Amino acid sequence: SGENLPGAGGRRLRGSGSPSRPSLTLSDPPNLSNLEEFPPVGSVPPGPAGTKPSRRINPTPVSEERSLSKPKTCFTSPPISCVPSSQPSALDTSPWGLGLPPGCRSLQEEREMLRKERSKQLQQSPTPTCPTPELGSPLPSRAGSLTDEPADPARVSSRQRLELVALVYSSCIAENLVPNLFLELFFVFQLLTARRMVTAKDSDPELSPGVLDSLESPLFQSIHDCVFFAVQVLECHFQVLSNLDKGTLKLLAENERLLCFSPALQGRLRAAYEGSVAKVSLAMPPSAQAVSFQPETDNRANFSSDRAFHTFKKQRDVFYEVLREWEDHHEEPGWDFEKGLGSRIRAMMGQLSAACSHSHFVRLFQKQLLQMCQSPGGAGGTVLGEAPDVLSMLGADKLGRLWRLQERLMAPQSSGGPCPPPTFPGCQGFFRDFILSASSFQFNQHLMDSLSLKIRELNGLALPQHEPSDEDGESDVDWQGERRQFAVVLLSLRLLAKFLGFVAFLPYRGPEPPPTGELQDSILALRSQVPPVLDVRTLLQRGLQARRAVLTVPWLVEFLSFADHVVPLLDYYRDIFILLLRLHRSLVLSQESEGKMCFLNKLLLLAVLGWLFQIPTVPEDLFFLEEGPSDAFDVDTVAPEHGLDAAPVVDQQLLYTCCPYIGELRKLLALWVSGSSGRSGGFMRKITPTTTTGLGAQPSQTSQGLQARLAQAFFHNQPPSLRRTVEFVAERIGSNCVKHIKATLVADLVRQAESLLQEQLVTQGEEGGDPAQLLEILCSQLCPHGAQALALGREFCQRKSPGAVRALLPEETPAAVLSSAENIAVGLATEKACAWLSANITALIRREVKAAVSRTLRAQGPEPAARGERRGCSRACEHHAPLPSHLISEIKDVLSLAVGPRDPDEGVSPEHLEQLLGQLGQTLRCRQFLCPPAEQHLAKCSVELASLLVADQIPILGPPAQYRLERGQARRLLHMLLSLWKEDFQGPVPLQLLLSPRNVGLLADTRPREWDLLLFLLRELVEKGLMGRMEIEACLGSLHQAQWPGDFAEELATLSNLFLAEPTLPEPQLRACELVQPNRGTVLAQS
Amino acid sequence: MILTKAQYEEIAQCLVSVPPTRQSLRKLKQRFPSQSQATLLSIFSQEYQKHIKRTHAKHHTSEAIESYYQRYLNGVVKNGAAPVLLDLANEVDYAPSLMARLILERFLQEHEETAPSKSVINSMLRDPSQIPDGVLANQVYQCIVNDCCYGPLVDCIKHAIGHEHEVLLRDLLLEKNLSFLDEDQLRAKGYDKTPDFILQVPVVMLCPLAVEGHIIHWIESKASFGDECSHHAYLHDQFWSYWNRFGPGLVIYWYGFIQELDCNRERGILLKACFPTNIVTLCHSIA
Repeated sequence: SGENLPGAGGRRLRGSGSPSRPSLTLSDPPNLSNLEEFPPVGSVPPGPAGTKPSRRINPTPVSEERSLSKPKTCFTSPPISCVPSSQPSALDTSPWGLGLPPGCRSLQEEREMLRKERSKQLQQSPTPTCPTPELGSPLPSRAGSLTDEPADPARVSSRQRLELVALVYSSCIAENLVPNLFLELFFVFQLLTARRMVTAKDSDPELSPGVLDSLESPLFQSIHDCVFFAVQVLECHFQVLSNLDKGTLKLLAENERLLCFSPALQGRLRAAYEGSVAKVSLAMPPSAQAVSFQPETDNRANFSSDRAFHTFKKQRDVFYEVLREWEDHHEEPGWDFEKGLGSRIRAMMGQLSAACSHSHFVRLFQKQLLQMCQSPGGAGGTVLGEAPDVLSMLGADKLGRLWRLQERLMAPQSSGGPCPPPTFPGCQGFFRDFILSASSFQFNQHLMDSLSLKIRELNGLALPQHEPSDEDGESDVDWQGERRQFAVVLLSLRLLAKFLGFVAFLPYRGPEPPPTGELQDSILALRSQVPPVLDVRTLLQRGLQARRAVLTVPWLVEFLSFADHVVPLLDYYRDIFILLLRLHRSLVLSQESEGKMCFLNKLLLLAVLGWLFQIPTVPEDLFFLEEGPSDAFDVDTVAPEHGLDAAPVVDQQLLYTCCPYIGELRKLLALWVSGSSGRSGGFMRKITPTTTTGLGAQPSQTSQGLQARLAQAFFHNQPPSLRRTVEFVAERIGSNCVKHIKATLVADLVRQAESLLQEQLVTQGEEGGDPAQLLEILCSQLCPHGAQALALGREFCQRKSPGAVRALLPEETPAAVLSSAENIAVGLATEKACAWLSANITALIRREVKAAVSRTLRAQGPEPAARGERRGCSRACEHHAPLPSHLISEIKDVLSLAVGPRDPDEGVSPEHLEQLLGQLGQTLRCRQFLCPPAEQHLAKCSVELASLLVADQIPILGPPAQYRLERGQARRLLHMLLSLWKEDFQGPVPLQLLLSPRNVGLLADTRPREWDLLLFLLRELVEKGLMGRMEIEACLGSLHQAQWPGDFAEELATLSNLFLAEPTLPEPQLRACELVQPNRGTVLAQS
Repeated sequence: MILTKAQYEEIAQCLVSVPPTRQSLRKLKQRFPSQSQATLLSIFSQEYQKHIKRTHAKHHTSEAIESYYQRYLNGVVKNGAAPVLLDLANEVDYAPSLMARLILERFLQEHEETAPSKSVINSMLRDPSQIPDGVLANQVYQCIVNDCCYGPLVDCIKHAIGHEHEVLLRDLLLEKNLSFLDEDQLRAKGYDKTPDFILQVPVVMLCPLAVEGHIIHWIESKASFGDECSHHAYLHDQFWSYWNRFGPGLVIYWYGFIQELDCNRERGILLKACFPTNIVTLCHSIA
């Protein structure tokens, strides 16, 4: 996953995580010192790349040469110098007393070949394949088919000694004298599945058992020894094994060697497998869900200026654009985060000038981080909430299979060996690279602040505590929920702590080796005065005291895993490591007692601590040089009766999610299966994903004093769900109360403010005075009313809380318990609401009034919202009228035909015009789809149409003779228009345009000029009250000012006089000729 | 009307250098009788706008403006009733309404003391009666009513179409009993980006190809054809922004879209050409 942490890269297991199963060939005893076959854990393959310090599983050398004074080599790394640089030493003087078998020189060749073959394989397939290259590789030194040598309990060479060694070794593991429990188990599993090839017909070169069972003879000379030892050890650790996931148990139970060497253990494992419900899924979440926009935190009111608000709006979009691009490309070969996105990210960060914007962005970043990376197998809360519905619709089977398939394809196949360096798998890589590319000091600081705060908050969360009294049927249901909640909190904490560690130690990490000597002293002096980014020491101490190690330690480990080399040397952090070491030593799995830590809780802590102790920056000697665990450790924890540690909060899903490397055990076994028996079944077994839900809001403990103590006591003997319910109700009702006050009291005050402001504006004239001053006046009048808020709030909580509590608690809750619960809920809700209201109500009123004032003042501006009361369509209307857009477009077509240019065959029929106006009427009467601009344009177009009718400019389709509209038809159409204007238009109709020079001018072009329609129209307008006589007079008057041809001006003047003189003239066929000169007109009419 | 990219390109090919007139539209309809008129008009309009955006600058050089203005003046001196401006626009392959604006601006510069403000020009284009010169007023009016891609009337039609489809969508949502917040409500709450509708309770749209269906949080109505250019602009300015805030959602291109553009379904942006029929709500019923 693009890991390039300096200093950590070298610790990965060879072949980046393909668990290597030793393969042995004929007459080659399992050579535990052979770094090829039992590679150091976390080592790089020996090669030209050079070697890095590494650790390997190196079982205890039971040898006198190793005095107790050098305990650091026990169980853990060999001295660095032991790691061969490029070739395994041919003359291995192994502390195991394994004399190098004869023929090793010729083996050298074979090894070389094997190495080549393997590297070829590694290049070909990045996923772990079953490494059985020996089967096909030609071996020049011998011919014949090779088979797996079966392990045979009858042929174990030094049974007694092996038993003793196994006992000592097991005890060390059991007492936590080894740094990493799972690393040792991994080694044992390696032994169990060790392989040795023999030619089918070859006889066993070994001597018969017993003959060589003397102290001088080397141990582990054969496969049989190895398997025997492994099974012996496993027998001692059945309890741990039985708590592994179901898949691993199945593989163990089906392991034929185990069956062969210890049928009893196999039987117990089979039983454990059958009883196990610990199915584990490590599928990665599906693609990203964005953080939703919440007006309460994200709207304009949360920003200092419009500019900041809009800048952030853009940034949010850039952030997701970058994220999507990363999703699309990060798996493409050759794609580089920095090259692809770096400059865009920095440009975006560059815009975050205001500190407030930084905090907004960091909030988004952190939320998105939690949403995307919190846990494998679980996406965002909303998706999970909806999934079951779809699922039930479609049949869970179909979907379930789909998910399994998806998981098989998407789940990480390898976590990088049993002890991988800290990584940022999957989406986490995006956030890591984002931080690196942004390289913004401000961003990092804000991010650390925010992460620290969230960590404190989650770490301090009052997680429900195990209560022994609550052991009846419902407890199971309750525990499921609690476990899920714990898992969500823990995984969130780990994620946040990992990033906090990453950012906090970023400036101190580099590729260079840790400093030594004087340089180290001066660095220590410098660093020791730097305060820690988060007081993790105190948090750890408190966590241990409160018996919440199971919550605190796993995230602390994530945080510390990013520490640089200097950190463990600082007093502050050294204290932490000592505490952790003592804790580690105290977590003896076999010691189980009432009120102590649960088994799986311990297992989780052992796993994460063991992993931490293998991190390169943690000095190796820390584990061994430190004084033994002080007996005082247990005394330190003056614990409450039932801490979180004693609660069964960890399950296998959580264990494997936190420590995916435990899954390496299973891969070893699976490889064995796929290699040994020709069964081609993949090692990914059917796995059903388990789900987690979002973290429910947790109330903070607010109540104090006697009442609070009584309430605590009340809850103590009630099921935890009761307390959760009450706290939840109180939290919600309190919050709703504030919302309610906003919507009622504050809204009322705002309305008052608006009307007061209106009065002010009326009395003071349009300008109304200085807005700031206005605001002050209004606030001084209105803010005192805020005092009512408390009384109203109290009333609200009193009214709402009991019902909610009643609805959520079981019907059977005793009346007294119920009423107490209700009262507590009322009290808590009131307390919460009133605390907020008394602190914020005045500011809230001010803010809302201010917004109202600016709104009102803006509405006063250049665009007065002159919206009259608009009628909707009638009740019976079914909204089938033609759409306004269609009509505008139709009328536009008529207009364009009329105005031209047009083809000779183009025109409209009178019926079409009539139909069009009819449709216009329908549309205007059905208001459903009509918006004001459309109505305005329709009004304007209808006036244009009328003008064209009056001027007889509309080309009519029909028999060639009839190119003009008949008079009667024209009048009918004008009547329709008049009625539309009168009855149906609700907005203003620009009728004065009928008398605009341009429209009247249309008449000038017609020959003969027909004035009667215009006169008719004007009279009708007056008659219908659509235009006033004065108005028309004024329009006609202004028409005279325009420049007209002489005769037209004359005719116009006559029309004007006619209109003014004879208001009630019947409708004659008025012609231009009649208006002016009868004889000349006749001539014109005939032309 | 969902078109494949090839189908779309066939149509677009026919639209190269076609003037935005009534007649062109008629021909287009004859050429593609199986496509809906609204889809064709939408595609035509978008293609033409792309063309104009590409060539806009060359019509706005001072030399070009001067030459157009002189041609206009010469034309109307010869015959003020002839469609001088419209012919000019068609000849130089520019939108008539935009040509009208260009010439009007130039005219006002010459006749007024101060440079005309944008709002004055817009107002005159909306109501040419306000243009002080009668001949120019008629010429401008002719350009506007004959332009089917630009101009105040076309703008109004587009706006009306958009509004009508939003109303249509709102009705469908009400009919299906899906509660929602509309743009105005969202703006009042201070949302920085506002789709047409946010569903208060998300729904799932089932489709044959996606077993799990698609979750829909918001719906955006687009009364146009979704071509590559406009879709990418919308993605950048609107759809992804909605996704960034509200999660996956649905875009309805009422006049169709290019099939190949519907490629972000899995990501959470779904395209449809009508209101989906196969919607599942939280209460397990198929609407």
